[in-house]
Amino acid sequence: MTVHDLLPILTALIPLPTFIAFALIILFFNKWKRVSHSIAIGAMLLAFLMAQVVFWSVIAPDGHELAEHPLHVQIPWLPSGAEALEMGVLIDPLGAFVLFFVSITCLCIFVYSVGYMSEGGKHYDPRYSRFFAYISLFATGMLGLTVADNLLMLFIFWEIMGLCSYLLIGFWWEKNYPDPKQVNPRQAGLKAFMTTRVGDVIMLLGIAYLYSATGTLSFRELLSAETLGILKEMPSYIPGLSAAALAGLLLFGGTVGKSAQFPLHVWLPDAMEGPTPVSAMIHAATMVSAGVYMAVRMFPLLQVGFDIHHGAQLTTPMIVMALIGTFSAFMAATIAVAQDDIKRVLAYSTISQLAYMVAALGIGAYVAAAFHLIAHAFFKALLFLGSGSIIVGSHHEQDMMKMGGLFKRMPVTAITFIVGGLSLSGFPLFFAGFWSKDEILAVAYHAGFNEGIVLAVVVYVFLALGALLTAFYTGRQICLTFLGQPRSDHAAHAHEVSWTVYVPLIALALFAVFFGYIGIPEVFPLLGGEHSNLFHHFVGATLGTETLHQLPHPEQLDLLPFVLSFLISPLGLLAGYLVYGRKPLQAGQPDPLVKALGPLYPVLKNKYYVDELYDAVFIQPAIKLAKWVYKWVDRWFIDGILHNVARGAFGLGHLNRRFDLAVINGGVDRMTDGIKWLAQNGRQVLQTGQVQHYLLQVLFFLCGFGVLYVWGDAILAFIQRLLGI
Amino acid sequence: MTQLVLFVIFGAITLAAAIAVVTARNLFHAVLWLLLAFFGVAGLYVLLEAPFFAAAQLFIYMGAIGVLIIYALMLTRGVMRQQVPLVNDQWALVAVLAVALLAVLSWLFLQHTWPTVDQAVGPDSLRTLGEALVDPGRYGFPFEVASVLLVMALIGAVTIVRER
Amino acid sequence: MMVQLEWYLILAAALFCVGLYGVLVRRNAVAILMGIELMLNAVNINLLAFWRFTEPAAATGQAFAAFVYAVAAAEVAVGLALIVAIYRNRQTVDMDQINLLKW
Repeated sequence: MTVHDLLPILTALIPLPTFIAFALIILFFNKWKRVSHSIAIGAMLLAFLMAQVVFWSVIAPDGHELAEHPLHVQIPWLPSGAEALEMGVLIDPLGAFVLFFVSITCLCIFVYSVGYMSEGGKHYDPRYSRFFAYISLFATGMLGLTVADNLLMLFIFWEIMGLCSYLLIGFWWEKNYPDPKQVNPRQAGLKAFMTTRVGDVIMLLGIAYLYSATGTLSFRELLSAETLGILKEMPSYIPGLSAAALAGLLLFGGTVGKSAQFPLHVWLPDAMEGPTPVSAMIHAATMVSAGVYMAVRMFPLLQVGFDIHHGAQLTTPMIVMALIGTFSAFMAATIAVAQDDIKRVLAYSTISQLAYMVAALGIGAYVAAAFHLIAHAFFKALLFLGSGSIIVGSHHEQDMMKMGGLFKRMPVTAITFIVGGLSLSGFPLFFAGFWSKDEILAVAYHAGFNEGIVLAVVVYVFLALGALLTAFYTGRQICLTFLGQPRSDHAAHAHEVSWTVYVPLIALALFAVFFGYIGIPEVFPLLGGEHSNLFHHFVGATLGTETLHQLPHPEQLDLLPFVLSFLISPLGLLAGYLVYGRKPLQAGQPDPLVKALGPLYPVLKNKYYVDELYDAVFIQPAIKLAKWVYKWVDRWFIDGILHNVARGAFGLGHLNRRFDLAVINGGVDRMTDGIKWLAQNGRQVLQTGQVQHYLLQVLFFLCGFGVLYVWGDAILAFIQRLLGI
Repeated sequence: MTQLVLFVIFGAITLAAAIAVVTARNLFHAVLWLLLAFFGVAGLYVLLEAPFFAAAQLFIYMGAIGVLIIYALMLTRGVMRQQVPLVNDQWALVAVLAVALLAVLSWLFLQHTWPTVDQAVGPDSLRTLGEALVDPGRYGFPFEVASVLLVMALIGAVTIVRER
Repeated sequence: MMVQLEWYLILAAALFCVGLYGVLVRRNAVAILMGIELMLNAVNINLLAFWRFTEPAAATGQAFAAFVYAVAAAEVAVGLALIVAIYRNRQTVDMDQINLLKW
């Protein structure tokens, strides 16, 4: 047995240490705060080392070898009949890179949490141990999702993360705000859970549909040319859609929920109520990336039938992805411009950047999407951790209008934050964000103007505008936070927190700069060369992609996007500086944008009123419906049955008694007593909190379905005859 | 013919005892009826030529689970003296619905053609089962998970009832 | 005359319905647990009957019946522990008074 044979087993063990850490902390060590964080970090370090061993063992200049022979091990989980449900792990080029960035960001965030949750060792959070237990479980979910070799396992870990997200957003559940309109952590957790649930249910439908259509959920079998060919030809329930398209659309529903795309984006900004390491880990670097990761993973399925050289037909899922991605990217960028909370700006920026990836997938640029996914994870985790450092350093002040002048007081945080900001805005040449965003824009331009896909033109224009806005709000954020004079006492007394906080910042800053150099396009002047785009050669050969050679990929440099991508970021940053940096705001002075944007500003500030719209369209009607159902279905219909049965039996009992007084024995007595009691006390509603009442409703509907199943045709015929049809 | 007679006897024992379980006023009597119902089911297993499960039924259900329920009853015996109604207020409706469910199910069973085979149980069916349960390629993994489940249930039960 | 598969199925269904009745109407939590036991037994009769009449050579039906045993044992242990814990806290095992699910 060689080392290479052991790698799949090592891969299977990666999610294990953090899970053990979770169990140990919850069961035994929740009283000892330092022991808890040592266990969690130790476990994460072990997982990190294992992940890095796997990554560096499989990495190669060309990914085809790994794509054809991925690290793969599986065991039968539960044989049922002829089919056995198999569980296993799989590492292909995409999985290797995702494992790489997930293990790094998770480790950084674990270390950072020590400083953040204890405020630099001075004041430990009362639920400090529980926090580390939760994030350990979360890391298990993310690592497990990365190595999963089938959709079902992916979904299980996906749900584990959803649960952790809920627990961690509501971590400070006792917190209330004086303003009832402001979402408190409890509500934010619920909102996140319920909103993503919508997407998850749609995704589960997609998984079930795929299984019923193909009989397998394993990525290797699903994404083989053979299966994809069958799915492409198979008609679905909806006329005009192939089975592949329908399954793809349903799966994409999961991405929309998890990666916070319009119209399910509303949970992510409110999720900022959680502790900042959580925001960084779950809501920037890992969990929200899982949605895009799944879409990239299933991309061969989503694009089945797309052939750029023969008619250039985008498939339905691709069109949907391109539209939703473009719209979310632009909308979120505009909202971010008008936010004052330092974390909310970053939250909307996350929605916007994830939307870039979705839009890139929509026009076929899956490598660019994967590249941006990883680059974004590094710089956005960095930005969030930086903002957390600012928040703790300036005594829990989150309003940028009350910051200012922090550069001198928190130099390490400031420099790393600015590095992250420049990377986010795609500042040319030196930052990872430039290379990844440039690749998306270049492919979009190529597909739109050289290949003639009209939709790609739209994608390009709006993504470019969005990039300009991104640079502008990044400039605004940096100027408001670090330049000028402090605009409150808190900011005036700000200071660096501790080494556990800024060491992870430095580590992530290095990646936010240097990660981009493994993905320089071949056609780039001077820097580009035959082997410069390592990322493309490696990840481009991901599982199932042998079926898709016909994707837009620029063969030579397009001058216009090249020049534009050099100009957009500096221009946006410059605009931000001119508005906010040249004449720094004074305390109490309103945002200059209020005047400049006029009536548009409140719209942006209130996030296009989407929350209000959802409240009016979904939540209020749901409450009304619930009240209506309660009144008519519960009290009138179900209780009515109960009452009438009771009344009838009561009457019978009376008859019995009058008829047969002499032979009334204990049995009948008992029955009438029971019925009498029932008739008198039966006036109960069914929402009693008693399981038995709920189970009764289940039984009731079960019988109803049974009757429909058995006599459905007869009933239908009867109704038809009754209506004279 | 013998089979038929035995089936009717054991089936009648099982059903009668089961009905007694859910209607008995005294809970201790209900447990005794429950043990009788388990016994009837064990008899049915013998008729189905699954002697291993008949034995397991006797040991696990009549032995372990029966004793466990009696213990629980004794631990909560304070309530046995309280005079509360035996059943809750939805019993009439439930009785109707349960009978309806039985009718629907029976109708379905009778009208469906089952792919039965007329084949004797081999002499080494227990051996087949044992090998399947520990074969890593078949039920080996679920088997291990089941044992973990049992350990967890054990620890969980102890944790829940521990005096603090 | 041989005993048919359907007879076992109907017997199991009847046992299941009786158990279901017990679960839905009894007020004592221990009695509800007994109803659940009856239902689990009905499931096992079904599994073994299908095994005997459709595929006596394979181990599938028996294996699943064995898993039902394991799950039933775990369920009884945890269920009874919960009942004892509730009894300690609230001095009752009457289901009509255990309505903590109420919002």
